[in-house]
Amino acid sequence: MPTFEHGEFKVEVDEDGFITDPEIWNEELATALATTEGVDEMTEEHWKLVNYLRNYYMQFGIAPMVRKLCKETGFPLKKVYEMFPSGPAKGACKVAGLPKPTGCV
Amino acid sequence: MPKEYKTPMLDELEKGPWPSFVKEIKLAAKNSPMSNDLLGLLERSYNERIGHWKHGGIVGVMGYGGGVIGRYVDVPEDFPNISHFHTIRINQPSGWFYTSDALRTLCNIWEKRGSGLTNMHGSTGDIVFLGTKTDELEPIFSELTEAGFDLGGSGSDVRTPSCCVGPGRCEWACYDTLKLCYDITMRYQDELHRPAFPYKWKFKMSGCPNDCVASIARADISIIGTWKDDIRVDAEEIKNYDKAGMDIFNDVVLNCPAKCMKYDAKAKAIEINNDDCRHCMHCINAMPKALRPGTDTGAVVLIGSKAPIVEGALLSSVLIPFINLDDEDEREDFFDLIEEIQDVWCEEGKARERVGEFIQRVGMGNFLEAIGVEPIPEMVAYPRDNPYVFYEDYYDDEEEDE
Ligand code: HEM
Ligand code: HEM
Ligand code: SF4
Ligand code: SF4
Repeated sequence: MPTFEHGEFKVEVDEDGFITDPEIWNEELATALATTEGVDEMTEEHWKLVNYLRNYYMQFGIAPMVRKLCKETGFPLKKVYEMFPSGPAKGACKVAGLPKPTGCV
Repeated sequence: MPKEYKTPMLDELEKGPWPSFVKEIKLAAKNSPMSNDLLGLLERSYNERIGHWKHGGIVGVMGYGGGVIGRYVDVPEDFPNISHFHTIRINQPSGWFYTSDALRTLCNIWEKRGSGLTNMHGSTGDIVFLGTKTDELEPIFSELTEAGFDLGGSGSDVRTPSCCVGPGRCEWACYDTLKLCYDITMRYQDELHRPAFPYKWKFKMSGCPNDCVASIARADISIIGTWKDDIRVDAEEIKNYDKAGMDIFNDVVLNCPAKCMKYDAKAKAIEINNDDCRHCMHCINAMPKALRPGTDTGAVVLIGSKAPIVEGALLSSVLIPFINLDDEDEREDFFDLIEEIQDVWCEEGKARERVGEFIQRVGMGNFLEAIGVEPIPEMVAYPRDNPYVFYEDYYDDEEEDE
């Protein structure tokens, strides 16, 4: 298994850089993971999105569909990509510590 | 020195006169350690009868949510060069027209930054680059951009639209498939690069009912050329076919599925009852010099086909019986309808539910009502079939009678 190292962190991740143990997630780790997805600073808006994802995941056990995410956070998809340039699935879900969304050809 | 793999199993697949992917991979392996390891891995899979690919990586380039399909090997220790083997989809030009310069540019980028193996073209229509590493994705993306290419679709987005060669080379094209393909691609750039639908959303365009891109079986929205007036007949050419030895009665007339052709064997003349013609193209394909589609041309828009993945296969069925795509207003109406369908499907569709499955779940009547389209008898799954729409008025009347 690859590891992700950043400052004090040394955690196990999968090939795509998603953390494998959701229990270890905290805000500092999220900020560290964000640097790998082209996010230099976690603003209040970033946290709003990340917290929405986490809450949804804790309630339903899956990530929300993208349209739902946009509707419920009020961020248009364009804005989501401005905040997380690698997109909601790869960028925002990774920072939020969700398991990797299942891929789809 | 790259490792040399013995591949007795794969070598079997080089035998015979037909093309062989083993030959191609071996050729690429001369310059590419990735392709070389691919040979080794495949041989091992054949021996063990076990696939060694993992499924479902999430990789991509900044700004896009689609276009790259992540793949990893589950035995990277043994095959380090293909520990990553991501696929890139690249938006093909309408009708697959290239200059040889463009092809060279693509191949040069790919030999430098990937396995060198391509699939021209994938079943989605895209140029497919098979096998590269995560670190190479951004450089490939910027080199492709510089060369005027862009990534295609993957995941739950508008998939790269694709069309038949149409008026570019084909005399039977009933509308400009190349133009419509280009227009849809440009209009839905956001939707193509940033997945936000319940599942994939495919447009395919064929210029006539021969449907060379198989849109009726593979696209959520199938746009197939057709004509409203009569099949054009050149009486002299029919006689020429007869002279050349064609069995016109048995091979053309008797094979007409509508049984709407008559043959006068003495005069060597064909008579077509065009009202009953199903526009199947059979007679036209058989006698291209003598018969041609009419001149009042346009397209049929059909909805709902898909290959079997989550549920079984579906074919598209008629949504708009005839549309003149050269008419600005009709084109805009078409796009409005598409966007209406997207809204309804996105709002009510389940994750990973194709629009055809969605329609089956809610019922065509409800679907049509939701998108604001009146049911009409032309909405059929097969030509000359019964319409499947249940007419509520009719139904209500009947109940009152009882
Ligand atoms: C459980 C294993 C797999 C399943 C169920 C699966 C399923 C599929 C399906 C349904 C498609 C769409 C076909 C189409 O409509 O064109 C597809 C496409 C594709 N898959 Fe897989 N796949 C699997 C494993 C793999 C692996 C291991 C690789 C590569 C190492 C791979 C590479 C591809 C590529 C490159 C395409 C796109 C081909 C094209 O666009 O023409 N798949 N896969
Ligand atoms: C013995 C091994 C293999 C067999 C029997 C096999 C068989 C097939 C078949 C039957 C198709 C469908 C073709 C079509 O309907 O157009 C297909 C498509 C495809 N295969 Fe293979 N394949 C093999 C190995 C591979 C390997 C090793 C790769 C990649 C390195 C690969 C990549 C693809 C791709 C990308 C497609 C999609 C092509 C398209 O849809 O146009 N295949 N394969
Ligand atoms: S679908 Fe029809 S118009 Fe298009 S290339 Fe095939 S035969 Fe020609
Ligand atoms: S197009 Fe097909 S249905 Fe129409 S006349 Fe020719 S063979 Fe018959």
